[in-house]
Amino acid sequence: MGLAKRIIPCLDVDQGRVVKGVQFEDIRDAGDPVEVSRRYNQEGADEITFLDITASNENRATTFETVSRIASEVFIPLTVGGGIRNTGNIRDLLLAGADKVSINTAAVFEPELVRKAAEKFGSQCIVVAIDAKQVEQGHWEIFTHGGRKPTGLDAVEWAARMVSYGAGEILLTSMDRDGTRDGFDLGLTRSVADAVTVPVVASGGVGNLNHLVDGVVQGHAEAVLAASIFHFAQYTIGEAKEVMAAAGIEVRL
Amino acid sequence: MTQTVAVIDYGSGNLHSVAKAVERAGQSRVLVTADAKEIQSADRVVLPGVGAMGDCMQGLHERGLDLVVLRVIHEKPLMGVCVGMQILTESGEESAGVDALGVFPGRITLFPKSMKNRKGHALKVPHMGWNEVEQRQHPMWNGIADRTRFYFVHSYRYADATAEFAVGICKHGTPFAAALSKPNVFAVQFHPEKSHDAGIHLYRNFLTWDGAC
Repeated sequence: MGLAKRIIPCLDVDQGRVVKGVQFEDIRDAGDPVEVSRRYNQEGADEITFLDITASNENRATTFETVSRIASEVFIPLTVGGGIRNTGNIRDLLLAGADKVSINTAAVFEPELVRKAAEKFGSQCIVVAIDAKQVEQGHWEIFTHGGRKPTGLDAVEWAARMVSYGAGEILLTSMDRDGTRDGFDLGLTRSVADAVTVPVVASGGVGNLNHLVDGVVQGHAEAVLAASIFHFAQYTIGEAKEVMAAAGIEVRL
Repeated sequence: MTQTVAVIDYGSGNLHSVAKAVERAGQSRVLVTADAKEIQSADRVVLPGVGAMGDCMQGLHERGLDLVVLRVIHEKPLMGVCVGMQILTESGEESAGVDALGVFPGRITLFPKSMKNRKGHALKVPHMGWNEVEQRQHPMWNGIADRTRFYFVHSYRYADATAEFAVGICKHGTPFAAALSKPNVFAVQFHPEKSHDAGIHLYRNFLTWDGAC
């Protein structure tokens, strides 16, 4: 027995409220990220990822306060991403109670930020988020601005470079699959996971629990992230773990 | 009377989670403090730590708290967490030339490169996530099932899992020490404050531990 593969529910938060609709029967306020986090914590989530999709400066204070409230009562790791531009943003989030921060666009425009952040805060709390699209068979490119802007950067090479700069984890999202419910892009996931020494979190496209199994078994991911299948209470985290365990994957039950 | 737990704040990142987890664990007044007097007068002490061992030692030393730690462990229970455990050893590969506290013999080294699991898959570093801890007899484990999983995130570890003071063993490629103990000192490589109910249970045990091994 060894390290368990992780299941990570993701909250998309806009101005302090969970978006994409959360429909748990026993939750009084389905838009409150603290309540939703508490629910995932009870269900046995291994971590929680909080993506601040507003990420405008006016709303930063709301984010810090929400992160701090979650960290006060949910005793599992919390990753926070969205709108991180500099080491000051990272410091503020870590002080608010984030265990890891996820750097996305800023890493593309200023790769040195990843190096600086890893040196200052340690690789263990620096996640680089990569949004990739297939451009030809077996090749994926990094896109920014929600998948609209190509960068010319090869996703596999970029991931390896970010790890050499000190990233402690890669959060890998297929922009082709995101929102489709067709399952992870397993070719992308496996290519990146096999190319780097740090854990890769697979994201984008989960529509059923077998997709989570595929992400680990075929995609070689260390962790699988999903939003909508958990938000809409289609499946619980516990059910996801049962399916993974039945497929021979080590999970924390 | 409510006891006081001092969480030593020496500039090593956020201690919010540690303090909240100890508060959740039971009746106690938790002080996050760098004040030597407060630490010395507390009933129990938690020594956290994140980042590099060298930075942590420097942070302690600058505040004169390295000597305070070495003194309090003769008087009351202390719990080391993550790098707070690592700096209780003699030194670390990550911060060559820096003397750590030396409460336990031995040094902290990097996980070897190219580790494989039994299926032949490469093992990742950092060792990040929930792993099983095999317990050795110790009162701090009371009520926690053997091989309960705790949350780890680290790239360096205490490799001598056979040391007599290793009271918790974890495996990532090869075995390493997940918990070290001697009278008044219990130190863990994992993060109890991120380990859900099992972690809170461990802090609860710490609040009643008499320091005996």
